Amino acid sequence: MSGTLADLKVGEQAEIIGFTDELLSLKLLEMGCLPGTVIELTHQAPFGDPIAIKVSGYTLSMRKEEAATIQVKTK
Amino acid sequence: MSKLPKIALIGNPNAGKSSLFNSLTGLNQKTGNFPGVTMDKHTGIWELEPNRKAEVLDLPGIYSIYPKSIDEELVINILGNPAHPDYPDMAIVVADASNLKRNLLLFSQVRDLGIPTVLALNMVDVAENQGYVINSIKLARELNIEVAEINAKKGIGINGLRLAVEKTLKNRYASNDALPLPVGDDLLADITAQYGEADPYRSLLWLMEHDRMKMFSEAQRIGFDRLQDKHHFNSKSYKTSETVKRYEALSEIVERCVINLNRQWDAPPVKTMTDRLDKFFLHPVGGYLIFLGILFLMFQAVFTWAAYPMDAIDGGVAQLNDYLKEILPASALTGLLTDGLIAGIGGVLIFVPQIAFLFFFISMLEETGYMSRVMFIMDKLMRRFGLNGKSVVPLMSGVACAVPAIMSTRSIGSWKDRLITIMVTPLMSCSARLPIYTVLIALVVPEKSTLFGMFNLQGLALFGLYLLGFFMAILSAWVMKQLLQVKEKSYFIMELPTYKGPRFKHMALSIYNSVKAFVFEAGKIIVAISIVLWVLASYGPGDSLSTVEQSVRQANPTLSAPELANKVAAEKLEQSYAGHFGHFIEPVIKPLGYDWKIGIALITSFAAREVFVGTMSTIYSLGGEVDDENATIKNRMRAEINPETGKPLYDAALGFSLLIFYAFAMQCMSTLATTYRETKSWKYPAIQFLYMTTLAYLSAFIVYQLLA
Repeated sequence: MSGTLADLKVGEQAEIIGFTDELLSLKLLEMGCLPGTVIELTHQAPFGDPIAIKVSGYTLSMRKEEAATIQVKTK
Repeated sequence: MSKLPKIALIGNPNAGKSSLFNSLTGLNQKTGNFPGVTMDKHTGIWELEPNRKAEVLDLPGIYSIYPKSIDEELVINILGNPAHPDYPDMAIVVADASNLKRNLLLFSQVRDLGIPTVLALNMVDVAENQGYVINSIKLARELNIEVAEINAKKGIGINGLRLAVEKTLKNRYASNDALPLPVGDDLLADITAQYGEADPYRSLLWLMEHDRMKMFSEAQRIGFDRLQDKHHFNSKSYKTSETVKRYEALSEIVERCVINLNRQWDAPPVKTMTDRLDKFFLHPVGGYLIFLGILFLMFQAVFTWAAYPMDAIDGGVAQLNDYLKEILPASALTGLLTDGLIAGIGGVLIFVPQIAFLFFFISMLEETGYMSRVMFIMDKLMRRFGLNGKSVVPLMSGVACAVPAIMSTRSIGSWKDRLITIMVTPLMSCSARLPIYTVLIALVVPEKSTLFGMFNLQGLALFGLYLLGFFMAILSAWVMKQLLQVKEKSYFIMELPTYKGPRFKHMALSIYNSVKAFVFEAGKIIVAISIVLWVLASYGPGDSLSTVEQSVRQANPTLSAPELANKVAAEKLEQSYAGHFGHFIEPVIKPLGYDWKIGIALITSFAAREVFVGTMSTIYSLGGEVDDENATIKNRMRAEINPETGKPLYDAALGFSLLIFYAFAMQCMSTLATTYRETKSWKYPAIQFLYMTTLAYLSAFIVYQLLA
């Protein structure tokens, strides 16, 4: 199943397949969100936004609208 | 000094760069300024061998050399410009071994800029606990540089690092000339022709980041834009592809140099301490409660615990003054020294315990990694008001002092969010307002009364003023958000670092620096104002002051000598330059309930509000019961009578009107100067001054008219 990171629920894992925003993608890549990487949604702030994910061994936070620019594939 | 080899420390935030800096340089550190930017420059001397030293420069933490916010710009301005006075002879890239690939990205960029580089692998133990074993010898061979394993916090591995640095300084490993992602040779040739010979990757950095680099003139920037057009070069897509390319290469290297035990044993991922703690700190309900609890503790410390050292300072200054008054001849100059200067300096010193406590808490929250969690849970709320999760830190520090608070907005990437945060931060009640609040609340709120028999009313009033400042800041931010209709992408992609125990040495240093800056900045202004005010209150236009005594005596022939002296002193103050200023603005401040004496205090407070109490004591000691040595400023103000009503001047209406005025008014030159420096335009400090002062005037007017 494919969708965006914003659709995941806490505890779910997915694999990054691409980005839809060029400007954000550079920052996300630099932070280690590479296509092919498996991530896990670990926390949601109150009101569901921002979110935190586990990526290559550390925790990264981002807003929901930013998460929506990351295309993912769930198993 | 300048002959020492320069070593730059570079690394991701939280990789252990500052710990390593402390381990290398110990107490041989110095905090200065970078030329042209108001950013603390941390340098230190590292004794490589007896008689062989190196200068170490600690640069801000970054994830890549492409800057996303103002504090990150500094790094390319130094590393991309060999003519920069701080350009290093070599770099140590500090890498968190538990997140090797991401940390190596920055390393590879620095090395490609042509700077001889050593890789310092930190937190190898953390990586091993997570099941990753790094073969650093193999890594060194693959990357063709020296690698040293260190434990920055414990100071282990420094000797190995020293050998690696010595070797690198001697051999100056040739940098990799190939670009990570090739571009046309004619583009590089064009850059070389127009801007001189440079390392190919550095040329590309110039081409892509010329707007952020201070070394280029306007004409040179336009030249770069033209080159981009001519060669159809797209910076954004180059950077993106370059990053992917670098990661591909690094992945292969990491694959060869790191053994993943988890994969071999098929072990489930380890639940770390950080994961467990985040269950509480990031909990949708519990997270807020914990944050509120921490805030409560912080205020408790600032207002209750800090009271003891503050009383001690207060008593010490008073004793010193009494002593000086005893041994020095009673003259105007002694008055200036004791009531003016020393009282003024005492007024600054008395804030030191509170500021130290505040910075203790704030640096503790930052050190442990908790501050990022606060940003995380507050972001959504703050965004509704045009702010940002990262605005929490400036707003919290604003309770101590707006100057460092405004400087801490540099980490906010979005210009609009940053600007709004800068504009509203001074509305937070800073510690300089505290003595004014204390004096005025004591005048207008009855001391003994409590609410429901448990809350002290004076304490509640004080807390209310802090809340008022916060709500006004949020509200103003919301209004500015409506006015500033800029569509700018602000983002919140940030690392939530692992929790760490605080490094007390590091904290002590940061508290010391903040307090020192505050004492000297505020101290300078207060000393200057005290002298100016003393002169203005002691001299008047023409010979008006010398004739006062005669005319008062003629008008009141029956008065006794002490009464006459009081009358003369009061009349002299009124006839002085300060008195003229006070009378001049009286019509403007009359609707707020203020007389010309308060007018003088208001005028002097516009340089720095903490001057208020000092000014009041100067005015009332000059114009009031001079013989009453023991009267505190509070009692002198309480005794002041409104000539029109015959009742005490400082009634509830005037007291609250003044409190509100001081809560909202922009009365701090240092803050305005900081806003100017941080926004690089006079427009914003001017707007800040106008909107806050208007807000103060209107609110004080409403309060006075309602209560009078």
